[in-house]
Parts: sequence; structure tokens; C-alpha cells
Amino acid sequence: MDFGLSQDQQMLRDAVARCLADTCPLDHVRECTERDNPLSDKVLRAVQDLGIPGMLVPEEHGGLGMTLLDAAIVAEQLAYAVAPVPFLASHVLTPIALSEAGSKEQKAHWLPKIVSGEARIGVAISETIEVRDGAGVSFAAGKLNGTALFALDFEGADAFIVADSGGRLHLVGAKASGLKAIALTTIDRTRSVGELRFDGAEAEPLADDGGAAVGRLRAAGRVILAADSLGAGQAMIEKAVDYAGQREQFGRLIGSFQAVKHMCAEMAARHEPCHSLVWYAAHAFDAVPTEASLVACHAKSHTGEVHRFVARTSTEVHGGMGFTDLIGLHYWFKRIGFDRQVLGGPETVRAEAAALQGWIKAA
Amino acid sequence: MDLEYGPEYDVFRKQVRAFIEAHSHLAPPSSDRAARPSSKAVEWQKLLIEHGYTARTIPQAYGGYGAEPDILQSRIIAEEFARARVPGGLSNQGISMFVPTLLELGTEEQKRRWIEPTLKGDVVWCQGYSEPGAGSDLANLKTSAHIENDEFVVNGQKIWTSTAKQADMIFCLVRTEPDAPKHGGISYLIFSMDTPGIEVRPLKTMTGHAEFNEVFFTDVRVPMHQIVGQRGQGWFVANATLGHERGMLGDPDALENRLEALIALMQEERLGQGRAIDNPVLRDRLVALQAEVAAMKYNGMRILSNSLRGEPGGMAKLIVKLQSCELAHQISALAIDAMGELGILYHHSPREREGGAWQWNYMFQLGLIIGGGTAQIQKNIIAERGLEMPREPKLAKISDAAKATADMPRHKQGSA
Repeated sequence: MDFGLSQDQQMLRDAVARCLADTCPLDHVRECTERDNPLSDKVLRAVQDLGIPGMLVPEEHGGLGMTLLDAAIVAEQLAYAVAPVPFLASHVLTPIALSEAGSKEQKAHWLPKIVSGEARIGVAISETIEVRDGAGVSFAAGKLNGTALFALDFEGADAFIVADSGGRLHLVGAKASGLKAIALTTIDRTRSVGELRFDGAEAEPLADDGGAAVGRLRAAGRVILAADSLGAGQAMIEKAVDYAGQREQFGRLIGSFQAVKHMCAEMAARHEPCHSLVWYAAHAFDAVPTEASLVACHAKSHTGEVHRFVARTSTEVHGGMGFTDLIGLHYWFKRIGFDRQVLGGPETVRAEAAALQGWIKAA
Repeated sequence: MDLEYGPEYDVFRKQVRAFIEAHSHLAPPSSDRAARPSSKAVEWQKLLIEHGYTARTIPQAYGGYGAEPDILQSRIIAEEFARARVPGGLSNQGISMFVPTLLELGTEEQKRRWIEPTLKGDVVWCQGYSEPGAGSDLANLKTSAHIENDEFVVNGQKIWTSTAKQADMIFCLVRTEPDAPKHGGISYLIFSMDTPGIEVRPLKTMTGHAEFNEVFFTDVRVPMHQIVGQRGQGWFVANATLGHERGMLGDPDALENRLEALIALMQEERLGQGRAIDNPVLRDRLVALQAEVAAMKYNGMRILSNSLRGEPGGMAKLIVKLQSCELAHQISALAIDAMGELGILYHHSPREREGGAWQWNYMFQLGLIIGGGTAQIQKNIIAERGLEMPREPKLAKISDAAKATADMPRHKQGSA
């Protein structure tokens, strides 16, 4: 019995943390996000050197064959450093989609290229969760039509994995004719999102598995977003505590006022159990398949709620400074906002959790 | 991440399960939770001790089972009794608080005299800590014990004393050295509730019941040897076991049971054409609480693993009392909301649900948020011990500052 991170996982966490502390200080994040294309080649190379793109790729395809818990550990550290690099879609969801629903040829073609960093694939599955602005994609005679919103890790993707309205996944080249890719600008400049408009674009379907693979992608994606929220929340709490331990007003450190101290205690009290919930949800994805989808919903919705509270409370502890761009606290605030909304906000995800337990008829 | 207990523990689990199956007909009903255990509850307790399913690690010489401490075995016993919905061993302040204190700091004679009858339910204890002027600031207690003819003579008042009416004995903090510093003048006395000069008055709470009492002492004479630890060390003696109380108030199994009861209620309770759980707003709140209960469950597993590795509980443990009590309260609140207007029924009203238990819980759990270290004290602990934030300035400095501000014109007073 050992609930928590193994020694290897602690070493992984520390290695990623050290690497990002070196390559991705806040000044670098600021420099990147003020450009048109905020992706950091420097951090991406460092991530590549750590072998992160191949983490979830099976060993037979040159990857490391690691678990979603390992990926969640990386996600937490990327968020802690607000690293402007692709991860969720390109390094987590794509390897899972191809491993679980890709053909032999698709795996052989793409997986080694993902490991080496030669190829990056974005993922668009939002319409299987919630349809906005009448979006949705249909597949017929080898061609895609319609619109997929919120394609993740959009910038610089060589191809996209797209879910159609029946929940089947398809691979489509980023430069395919009949595909118009339009970048969307979000609150969070450290991650890129786009819209895919298909007008008879040629696509290769993945397995016709009745939506099984896309269900796995939703679960994995939610766990990783929850882990991201956890890392960003951790950073915001640490920053609030540090600030309250330095800033003086009325001749006292503001952290010695109970009004301020209790704000920090409330953040810590709500945040701390999220570690265990996210770890369990990630573990369940690989080891407890009967619970995986439900606990992924719990991790996603709960971290969404807790870290919204942390994001606003940490900002308030910083007073006027928290509201400025000078100390850059808003990078984490926005990262948390992104994590909360993407792949279903808390209410949407909780409705899915209720449906999974037979409490409502699935929509 | 390894959630298996291992083969030797699987064997142990089977043994526990087999015992429960074979003997559960002897168990008292779960509702039998009177302070003074029934004869059936006492017999059940003795059977459990005999098999090592309660008082497991207490030495045989003191009436326990005498096993080596093993966190996972204890956990398995708790899990299996909870799963079977069969009551485990007796749980009261004597067993949870006083026995561990004696084991740690009592004399050999005290251990032999008190532990066995306490474990077997023959001697019931109450705890005399809080006073009207000593709540969060417990060390401010004023109940005094001066020495006269080789006896302590106790005068003063205690409050929040559960089971004082039924108790045979009290373990009680008193001030024996009035001139010593606040924490240094306290002693931990034990004496009979039949001693002349003790008056117990039930303390009726907002629930309409008297779950607690006030206890008044007038010249209560206590033999000098009825002290645990040395004179003036009572604060240290009491603190040795305060952690046990906070542990009792944060049991993740209890939260899961409350949540299951809430789910059952919302599936049964009719609301218009459907059920309460068909209302999307109520259902959304239910799932949010379910996620939070799951988080506390896994947090509990993390604490368990930390203790298996011999590591301190850290922040994961510091937050348990605050979060669990709040969560339990929110579960009851949702049950009342799911009942709508039926939620106000109480006091054996027609159409009342579950004997008014949800309303009682909703009110009583607010008491638990306040008791055993208030939510605000918990936040101080989390901030100061967990986050290492600066402490409040010392009292002397505050009163100087207060004097200074009192002399200032009102409009110039600062505020935090």
C-alpha cells in the first residue's frame, strides 16, 4: 500500500521542475506571450530533451510507455512554470488516440515522429462534450464537413485528430485542401487554440469503436487539465504566502493579520486534497477502468472550482500589485481559467458524472 | 501508486470478514449509542477485544488484545466493520482520549486500575477541559485546585462536558499553581463524579437536545495521588491526546456514509412528477459534494501512506478537521434543501423524514465546526504551522498599540 508518487515519479517531477526553472523563468514567458506566436522553441527543446513527447507512446514505437499519472506530474510542473509549450493534445491525447484507435499504419507513421519531435498533432473533440455556435463535424465518403471549435495545441500542428458528431476520430493534415484553420485568441496566451472549418477535407478515420476512444480522450484530457490547474494553484498559493510574508502595512507583515492569514489557510485547505484526487484520477485511467471516467469528471470539476477560488484569493492577497501586469500573477490566473472551461466547465462535467452513474439519461 | 495491501493483509481481511459473518448476530443495533453501554454492547465489546478487533494494540496486562501496532490491520478492521454495517468497538472519550493519555503518561498503578474497566465499558468518563472563559484559549482556564490536608480542593466550572450525567469519572484540567505562567500552572486530575460538591446541569443546545452539560465544582476533594503527570504539567498531558480528538472529527468513512445517505434520500424523495435527484440544480450540488468527498477520501489514503512510511501527515493532515466538518455540514444542508418545505419538519412532526435526523445533523455539525478547535483556530494552525506564516504579534504589543490608538482622534484610526 503506497498512495502517492513513487520515487521515480518524484524524480521525474523534480527533473521537470529544475529544467523549467532554468529554461522558463517568468521573463521568458512574458517575452514569448508578447509575440504573435507565443510558443517557446527553447522550452520545447528542453521538454524534448527530457523525453516528454514520447512519455505515453508505447515502447514498441520508440516511446517510454509511461502512465497518465506520469503525464499529470509533468502537466502540474508545466503549469507551475506557466510554460508556453504544447502538451495536452500533442503529447498526451494524440498518443492515447493513436494507441487505442489508430491503425497499424497510422501508429507506425505517426508515433515515432511524435517521439522525435518531428510531428505534432492537435486534437479537437469539444463538440462531443458541448456544441456551441452550431459547430459540429460530419464524416462521409472519406471527407469531413462542418466546424470543430477549440482544437487544442493548434499552433504549429502538422495534423489534427478530430471527432465527428458520432464520436469517431479522424486524422486530417493541417494543410489538407478543404480545411481552413483559424487561430482563436484566448485569455491564456501560454496555450494555443484554434477553429477548424472543413469543406470536404480528406481525412483518415481511426477505428469505428462506438466512441470508446473519444471517451478515453475526454477522461485523459480532464485529468491533465486538473493537474495543470493543480500546478497553477500551487504556484498562486506559494506566491500569496511569500508576498504576505514580505509586505508590511500598519507596521506589521500583512501575513500576521488574521484576515490575510485566513485567506491563505482557506486556499491551502481547499487545494491540498486536490493533489490526492488528481493522482487517483490519473492512476485510475490506467489501473481502475471502471472508475476512470467518473473520477476524471470529479477531478476536473473540483479543481475547476477550488482553483477559481485560489486564483481570485491569491490575487486579492497581493492587493493592487496582484491586479497589475508588473508581477505577472495573471499568467497563472488565466491558466486556471482556461483549465476550468476547456473540455467542459464544472456544471457540464458534473452533468456527465451524474449521467455516468445513471442519475440522468445521457443527452 | 500501489493500492494493494499485499497477500498477508488479504488473509487478515478474510479473517475479519469471517468473524463478522459468524458473530454479527451478537452485535448491538447501530442505534445503540448510549453513553452508558447496554449489556449487549458490553458483551460485544468484550468479544471484540478477545479477538483483537478493538483495543487491539493495548497490552493484555491492561485488558487489551496486545498486538503489535499495524496501521493497515487497524484500517482493514475499520473498513470491514463499516462495510458490513456492524458496529465496531466502543468509542467514547474514555477510550479515545483518556486511555491513550494514561498509556503514555500514567503510572503503572493508574494503568492497571483504570484502563481495563474503561475498555470494557464498566467505567464511563467525561472530559473537563473547556470553561466559559476558556474555549479557543483553553490555557486560560480558571477552575482551581488548592491543597488542603493533603487533598486537592477543586472549585470552578466546566462546560461542553458530554456524557457528564452518565459518567462515573472525569479527567479534568485545573489550575494548581495560580502564580505560574498560563500554560505552566495546570494539572490533570481524575476523580469520581460521585464526589460531593459536583453539580451537573444539562446544556440544551439549538438542536433542542442537551448533548452537553455544564459541571460545577464546589470544594470537591480529590486525593493527591489522583493526578496524571506531575503538578503543573497538565497542559502537556492534555496536549498529548488532543490530536486524537481532531482525528475523531475527520473520519473519511463517515463522510462517505453521509453522502450515500444523501444520495439515497435524493433518489427516494419525490419532487413534483420526478425525484429530488431529477432536479438539475440539486443534482449539480450533489455531484459537487461527491467530488469533494472523493478528494477527502484520497487525502485520507495519502495520510495513511505517510504514516506507513513513518512520515508526518503534513498539510494533508492539518486541513482534515476544517474541511471534513464543513463538508459534513454541506451534505446535511443539501439534504434539507432537497426536502424543500419538508426540510423544516422536526420534533416528531407528521411527515417528518428519518426522525428529523438531517435537521439535527445540520445544527449539530455546526457545533462540530466550532468545537474541538474552531474553524478559525484551524485556519491559524494551517497558516502558521502549515504555511509558516508570521504569528500574531504578542499580546503585550497589541495592548500597547491599543492604548496608542485609543489616544488618537477617531478618524485617524487605522484598520487592517
